[in-house]
Amino acid sequence: MNESELKALNVAKLIDARGTACPGPMLEAKRAIGDCPVGGVMEVQSSDSGTMVDIQRWCKKMGHDYLGDVANDGFWSVYLTRKV
Amino acid sequence: MPTTGKANMNDSQNNDQLLKDLLKRVEALEREAPKNQLTIGVMSGDLERTMLAFIIALGATTFDMEVDMVFTLRASATLRDPKKVHKDLHELEPSPIKFDLEGHGAMSLNDLIQLAAESGVRITICNLSMDLMELEREELIDYPNLTFAGVAAFIDLCGQSRQCWFM
Repeated sequence: MNESELKALNVAKLIDARGTACPGPMLEAKRAIGDCPVGGVMEVQSSDSGTMVDIQRWCKKMGHDYLGDVANDGFWSVYLTRKV
Repeated sequence: MPTTGKANMNDSQNNDQLLKDLLKRVEALEREAPKNQLTIGVMSGDLERTMLAFIIALGATTFDMEVDMVFTLRASATLRDPKKVHKDLHELEPSPIKFDLEGHGAMSLNDLIQLAAESGVRITICNLSMDLMELEREELIDYPNLTFAGVAAFIDLCGQSRQCWFM
């Protein structure tokens, strides 16, 4: 998905993990995924640049779909679809 | 024909035996197979490694892994609650680098321990280390999953874990 497609997604669960370092954003993602409906999109906002790779690997292992990420001013938005 | 019938019976007996043998072997493999579990042996008494051990433990919980941390020797003393300790022994070795944890949004060791407790990370402390480090159980942090054990428990945990670390 390109940036405009990602930004146009209907986000079911948004997590603002900005300002927390590793492993904060992962712990918040793990905690929040339960509140996201299966098939719904979750957006994780993080100022930790490691989050993109971490979430990608996490999605692959946990069976979710990593959709992509968008760089914002000082943070990144990472998008995924909850599959299980 | 009788000869064919006999041969079929032998085949079917052989198949039954083969199936039994295979089931037995599969059961043994399942019993021995590592689980989605991580065991971290923590020996270091320095702040950096202790924090790192908790960060790795917490990372594993996000993958739904069961996590056991086994504290031994100097590391055992890192689990003392400063508020409960009256003697001043074996302090954590400070890092030679002065980290600005707060400035970078990083968690303190206390925060990490708190999160580990909430995330179901189990802690085992080596009994011998308790004695060698002259630690009293009453001096330790309040932690929901804290037990005491020996080397056999560590080996058993490692045996059933997909990943084992020692730091």
